[in-house]
Amino acid sequence: MTVAEAPVLATEPEPAVEPEPEVKQRDFLIIAYSGDLEKVWAQMILASTAAAMGVKTRIFVTFWGLPSFVKPGVRITGENWMQRMMSAMKRPGIAHRKLSTMNFLGMGPWMMRKLAKRYGVSSPAELLEVAQMLGVEVMPCQMTMDMFGFKREDMIDGLGEPVGAATVIGLLSEGSSALFI
Amino acid sequence: MANATVDARGLNCPMPIVKTAQAVKGLASGQTLEVLATDPGSVKDFAAWSKTTGNEIIEQTTDGGVFRFVMRKK
Repeated sequence: MTVAEAPVLATEPEPAVEPEPEVKQRDFLIIAYSGDLEKVWAQMILASTAAAMGVKTRIFVTFWGLPSFVKPGVRITGENWMQRMMSAMKRPGIAHRKLSTMNFLGMGPWMMRKLAKRYGVSSPAELLEVAQMLGVEVMPCQMTMDMFGFKREDMIDGLGEPVGAATVIGLLSEGSSALFI
Repeated sequence: MANATVDARGLNCPMPIVKTAQAVKGLASGQTLEVLATDPGSVKDFAAWSKTTGNEIIEQTTDGGVFRFVMRKK
């Protein structure tokens, strides 16, 4: 992006207009349940776009969605052998997501990344970064953190406090639009 | 002449919108932003963005596959 700075133009005084009735914009909630590459991509595209449109956006991260929010470079997580083995079998981090179909030992995601680059599509990691810059609130699920053995220091910076299902239901009852991805 | 320009040529959904939102943040109310994009989907997307955010599209032209928009910050 090139942002060329130009001198500020003097703006005309706005003519008096009738104020339009304020329509209360609904908040947007993504329940990020999946860790499959194509669905993580969808989570990040919708989160960054919603924030770019000025919509208050939250991501509740639960179950297989949570490993995407583990810091790059953190390889093995957990306190007991089962948790550690789970992270070994399913590598955490947003850059290590696999396709739910056509994965072919990593050939599918490799081709996806090639095609994305060719067609100017940003990666999930890049989209997560801009989503956070635009103020998207990421709420990890406390129960999943406990069960998978993720600690706060395993997770990327800028995550909100871990919360539970009641927080999600609370947001829904207050009128948030939600998608389960 | 717009107050700032976003060159989103070659970028695909949703980056033209995201880059525009980031640039609009740095502007004062009433200032204008020029956006260049090659994503054909951006025509409909900027209309939706404008409607939702209230930032008005005051100019829209096409030149050889490049879409040019000028927005005025609400």
